[in-house]
Amino acid sequence: MKKTTSKRMFTFGLVLLILVLAACAPLYAPVYTVILLTSILMYMTIAVSWALFSGPTGYISLASAAFFGAGIYTSAILGKALPLPLVIVVGALASFCLALLVGALTLRLKGIYFVMFTFGLVELLLHFILWWEVTICGTTGRVVPPAGNATVFYAMLIILVILVLTVFIIRRSRYGLALFSIGENEEAAAHAGVHVTVLKIIIFAVSALFMGAAGAAMATRWTYIDPRIAFNPLISFMPVLMAIFGGIRPLYGPIIGAAIFTYLEEFLITRFPYYYMLIFGIIMVVAILYMPDGLVGLIQRLWKGISGRKHADT
Amino acid sequence: MPILEGRGVTRYFGGLAAVSDVDFQVEQGEVLGLIGPNGAGKTTLFNLISAALSPRSGSITFRGKEITDLKPYQICRMGLARTFQTVKIFGNMSVLDNVLLGAFFGGEGRIASADAAEAAASALEFVGLAEAAAIPARDLTLANQKRLEVARALATRPELLLLDEMMEGLNPTEVNRAMGLVKMIQDKGITVVMIEHVMKAIMSVCGRIMVLHHGAKIAEGTPQEVSTNRTVIEVYFGERADASDS
Repeated sequence: MKKTTSKRMFTFGLVLLILVLAACAPLYAPVYTVILLTSILMYMTIAVSWALFSGPTGYISLASAAFFGAGIYTSAILGKALPLPLVIVVGALASFCLALLVGALTLRLKGIYFVMFTFGLVELLLHFILWWEVTICGTTGRVVPPAGNATVFYAMLIILVILVLTVFIIRRSRYGLALFSIGENEEAAAHAGVHVTVLKIIIFAVSALFMGAAGAAMATRWTYIDPRIAFNPLISFMPVLMAIFGGIRPLYGPIIGAAIFTYLEEFLITRFPYYYMLIFGIIMVVAILYMPDGLVGLIQRLWKGISGRKHADT
Repeated sequence: MPILEGRGVTRYFGGLAAVSDVDFQVEQGEVLGLIGPNGAGKTTLFNLISAALSPRSGSITFRGKEITDLKPYQICRMGLARTFQTVKIFGNMSVLDNVLLGAFFGGEGRIASADAAEAAASALEFVGLAEAAAIPARDLTLANQKRLEVARALATRPELLLLDEMMEGLNPTEVNRAMGLVKMIQDKGITVVMIEHVMKAIMSVCGRIMVLHHGAKIAEGTPQEVSTNRTVIEVYFGERADASDS
């Protein structure tokens, strides 16, 4: 008992320390670092919100780019009229509503059909907005009123903190249990009294809420956006890869995965601009082959090996 | 008034009548056995009652209320729980969490966490799995996985329990324990309908038996009546040679 509470205190302290260090980054770190950290926060937000729904339920969603893009476009349309916090809230709600609608239509689909539909949604939105801009507005692309680097950084940090708290609360509640049971056996969950459809749709929408918020905040950093930038399919695949790389199950898996991946991407692009994708691909293949439970699982396994050996010696 | 009643329940798979115009009544507090050769439509009937499938025609009432068009979660919350022929447990969740899920969601209204924990613990105790609470459900033996399904169903505080071949694949000792469990469930005041192939269990546990064949009800009565019923014997063993000659 005592051991677990002291361990919990240590984890809490460590998280607090990292948070404080991160929060002060714009005060001491160079601009480049702040921008890199903002990207890391963005990917962490997308990966964690993706894992909130897809992790326990096993429904692999590739709609992240659609929800992220909806946030970006909200920011582009309302950026001049509203202050940034309000834009982020509206962007989040827009994504939330979009996910409710899409969820109600698609969460009856299972397996590969669900995956394909969610990815189709990204393409559908991209081409719909492209068509809209070309035929109705007459111009494609929009200018987003820029916000300062530090502002975007803090906005992303706040979004991530709220997200992590939300995921933590959901995971520990009865609804977290129900989400896992859906992933284990949806039929049995339904017959044990879980309203699976409503639960899936709501959690899907909550995960989209945070992606939309991230999109709305990040849009201010890019100043110019068009449908191809806003609905970049890569945003759908990255959170999946990051979560798998870090470990889907534990809350900190996708966080670690996103941090390492984003840094790795930056590092490889600057050092090996021609071979970056090749190296990235090799790392991914190795990760999937040798770390089925992600980086977190690997560390836990190694740790168990070390501590187990210690016990054997005594 | 019977606790569960079906009138003219019918369901087709393509052109095949899986369950055809079946009437049934289940009385409060009894243990009703549902038997019949493979493919007779027993599990389909369970699926229709628990709303995993919807009937093509006919109606089912539970405690006087029409439940034909409800969803599985609603049926469960009304107090009608079930287990599955091929076990459907949450393998990567702990034994306790499997049962907790039923306690949290299976009852009527919202239950407090402490009450759910208590309900789950007592259901595990009841089926004899309290020791195994912390281990992942997939590590249980088949017999214990079936018990776990029963515990999960019991945690939803049912009035009627549908048991789908709880004794299939169990060894004789395990069958005896399972029979004891059914009797204990009945003593708690829960009505039971059970599909079973193990004749010893059917004969000693069930107060009444209903026989399905090709989707139709062919016999109904006490174990004694059913086991001497000519149609039932023909269905199970074929017609006697001398009988067909004369």
